Amino acid sequence: MTSLLVIIVLLLVGVAIWQMTKIFDLTQVGANRNRSQIADNKDNNIQGYLMFGFLVFLYIFVIYGLFAWSHLVLIDPASEHGTDYDNLMWITFGVVFFVIAITQALLFYFAFKYRGAEGKQAVYFADNDKLEFIWTIIPVFVLAGLILYGLYTWTNIMFVDEDEDVMYVELYAKQFAWTARYSGKDNVLGKANVRLIEGINTMGVDMEDPNAQDDIATTELHIPKGKKIVFKLRSQDVLHSAFMPHFRAQMNCVPGMVTQFAFRPIMTTDEMRQTEHMIEKVHNINKIRSKKSTELVANGESPLDPYTFDYLLLCNKICGASHYNMQMKIVVDTPEDYQNWLKNQPTIAKTVIDEKIAKAAENAPVATPVIAKKVDSTKVAVVATPIAVK
Amino acid sequence: MAAASHDHDHAHDHDHEHHHKDTFITKYIFSIDHKMIAKQYLISGIIMGIIGVIMSLLFRMQIAWPEQPFAIFDFLLGEKLAPGGVMRNDIYLALVTIHGTIMVFFVLTAGLSGTFSNLLIPLQIGARDMASGFLNMVSYWLFFTSSVVMLSSLFVESGPASAGWTIYPPLSALPQAIPGSGTGMTLWLVSMAIFIASSLMGSLNYVVTVINLRTKGMSMTRLPLTIWAFFVTAIIGIISFPVLLSAALLLIMDRSFGTSFFLSDIFISGEVLHYQGGSPVLFEHLFWFLGHPEVYIVLLPALGITSEVIATNSRKPIFGYRAMIASILAIAFLSTIVWGHHMFISGMNPFLGSVFTFTTLLIAIPSAVKAFNYITTLWKGNLQLNPAMLFSIGLVSTFISGGITGIVLGDSTLDINVHDTYFVVAHFHLVMGISALYGFFAGVYHWFPKMFGRMMNKNLGYIHFWVTAICAYGVFYPMHFIGMAGLPRRYYTNSNFPLFDDLADVNQVITGFALVGAAFQIVFMWNFFSSIFYGKRTVQNPWRSNTLEWTAPIEHIHGNWPGAIPEVHRWPYDYSKPGHDEDFVPQTVPMKDGEEELHHS
Repeated sequence: MTSLLVIIVLLLVGVAIWQMTKIFDLTQVGANRNRSQIADNKDNNIQGYLMFGFLVFLYIFVIYGLFAWSHLVLIDPASEHGTDYDNLMWITFGVVFFVIAITQALLFYFAFKYRGAEGKQAVYFADNDKLEFIWTIIPVFVLAGLILYGLYTWTNIMFVDEDEDVMYVELYAKQFAWTARYSGKDNVLGKANVRLIEGINTMGVDMEDPNAQDDIATTELHIPKGKKIVFKLRSQDVLHSAFMPHFRAQMNCVPGMVTQFAFRPIMTTDEMRQTEHMIEKVHNINKIRSKKSTELVANGESPLDPYTFDYLLLCNKICGASHYNMQMKIVVDTPEDYQNWLKNQPTIAKTVIDEKIAKAAENAPVATPVIAKKVDSTKVAVVATPIAVK
Repeated sequence: MAAASHDHDHAHDHDHEHHHKDTFITKYIFSIDHKMIAKQYLISGIIMGIIGVIMSLLFRMQIAWPEQPFAIFDFLLGEKLAPGGVMRNDIYLALVTIHGTIMVFFVLTAGLSGTFSNLLIPLQIGARDMASGFLNMVSYWLFFTSSVVMLSSLFVESGPASAGWTIYPPLSALPQAIPGSGTGMTLWLVSMAIFIASSLMGSLNYVVTVINLRTKGMSMTRLPLTIWAFFVTAIIGIISFPVLLSAALLLIMDRSFGTSFFLSDIFISGEVLHYQGGSPVLFEHLFWFLGHPEVYIVLLPALGITSEVIATNSRKPIFGYRAMIASILAIAFLSTIVWGHHMFISGMNPFLGSVFTFTTLLIAIPSAVKAFNYITTLWKGNLQLNPAMLFSIGLVSTFISGGITGIVLGDSTLDINVHDTYFVVAHFHLVMGISALYGFFAGVYHWFPKMFGRMMNKNLGYIHFWVTAICAYGVFYPMHFIGMAGLPRRYYTNSNFPLFDDLADVNQVITGFALVGAAFQIVFMWNFFSSIFYGKRTVQNPWRSNTLEWTAPIEHIHGNWPGAIPEVHRWPYDYSKPGHDEDFVPQTVPMKDGEEELHHS
């Protein structure tokens, strides 16, 4: 019914436009009929002024956007290289805004200034080597600068110094959940392959491998402030992308290979929560949420929880129907808090043995329902299979 | 080739009316006349465009008002895809996927390039028709078939392809991963294989025609920039489309015949699959080896049209004709060695990232030259602000503001945090979506008289342009901000992330602009279809243009010119040339005594 109404409204709008143009045409009687539908003096004038108006609109809109929306943009990087990243970003944006401001102004101002008029003579100006040389060489230098600075930063971010004191953590992706694996005391991740997935060993860790004995799996990523973390990324099924926007970090997880990204966190979760920008942002978000909650309660539904900031790991490569809900909480602790937390996490080896004992105790062959047989791809978000952490 | 075209010439010189017995079918359906084929491409492109845009409105509504029931969802998608009027999450991805595919390939490649290459190449170089009219006809009908196959995938039980228009495996290879990767993806691949065959036939034809069938005096340096753009576009297409075809074939092998080109070590739905040793990264390389040049396949024809329209309506020569050609060639060359900038964080060696950053940022140089040259062409002109001219100016604007953010995304470092966010969506929609659409509209408004012998209504054109221009920026400018806030694209809803709650109202603003902007495309549609039948009759050369197509009679005839093919004596941009009475000097006008071709100075 509503669709029918919409269609009728659209039709009526169409008729209205048609009638308006007819009226418009009728008011132009006496204009040179032969050249109608070709811009005449009056059109050139009106459209010329509109061009100028559009330039004003663009400037106002851009400035309005900067005021209204720039507080949404991530600032305060939480990783060491994030500062370099942000610097490069602001320099690049300086260039972007400068170029846009100048070129759009020239474009629309010329369109206004040189709007056509009867009897006007355009200048025959086909070529000028000097001008063209200038506006070829300027971009060359600007881009050379950006390329060099960009490559310098890129190399610093992507190539990890072998001698550095780093910590290895695996991020393991599957539809639609993340798991982290810590390398334990030996700081070496045990071998793993999806072919070894069995029962509670959902990451396919090779339990024969001595390096795997102290590995720990968790569904929340804790990392210590100040330590360089080398993430080794794996995927179990399709492409995923580990996106940690607050750390300016992202890398794809590719089935069949191990990828890598490293960074050093420089702000604990608590410190980030205390930054001015974050306090304001959280306050703002909670205002929105409480407004929504009031509506929900009015409809007899349960209200939303108030929001406290946490770092997040998001999936940023389309990976299936519930792609939009594939996330993991990241906590940056002080080194002491981190050690305390890690102490309480059981090793994978232990959970595997526990499971075997439990099974033996039951004394009945029960198939372990680890993975739902069929991924539910309809409306409801798939709840992550709980990993063996108790 | 030459001999054949000579015979053709003679036939036409005598009596062009008597030896063609056109039936309805040979004239309107299986036509081998390039002008009719151009119209077929145009109308098909517009229809595909309507479908693609409606899809985008549907998923934009879902993002702005997540999981709200809409009667329009119920009406268009049905109870199965939108239970209770709420869009299903995999259908959201399906719409995103098919929207991307339709807009990139079916509208902006076939609809734009197919229409104007077919219409203008023979007419502007002074040829009777394409080198092979038959191949041209086959090309259109393959395109038509591929469109039908693509649209039919919307109706299969398990849903259409839903892995994004980039169809990265394993998602696109495994029906267990997403239902759309079943029959829907098979149809997608079949459709694209047919599309590529069509595109190759078209491109080969364009290249051969431009090289062999130019009229007397039409040297390469006297070609209009439209032809240069179509010519180079066709070459890029010939180089890169076969690579996509190979990727599609290998993917079909993986999907149906158990090979492991792109798949390895996969555990899904509780079982280990047999695939071993393949790599999805290989697919990404193959895909983007087409995918990036594709951007220029879409954009260059639009820029070519703009060059022509801006020069004609400025009543000035295009500034820096040779630099424009050099830029087109430089862009074409560079476009084939930058594909890796889509893969900075794909897991390929970071050193490769450095190389691709370097080549990618170089593209900004010829692009900047083109932008500056357009602006200089306006300088001290006598601008005739026809609708086509407005769209061309609009194109230069979005080309700059969309293109310049390419120095953010093309920089491997900066790409890390904006990759696959809405920042990317904003960037490519402005620089290739909106710009190419503006080029398309400019072309339609400008050459409508040539195609249909009638004029489009200019006032409707003005309304169309201004609302579109405002809405285009209204949609895509705010998107940069939500992208830099870290919002990933292709999320069905953001409500699972309280972090993004403050972006919700921006998303509503974007959708609002999109709905208004799309509604005003009805004005264009109305103008277009009603003008075909009721528009004012045109004069032969309404824009007082120099190029050859305006020397052909208004009524379309086989062979384009009733008598001999016109001979060319000058470049196409002699507007307001000193020493001439009129402010335009058609290419057919011989040089006066002592007159020089000034652009070679």
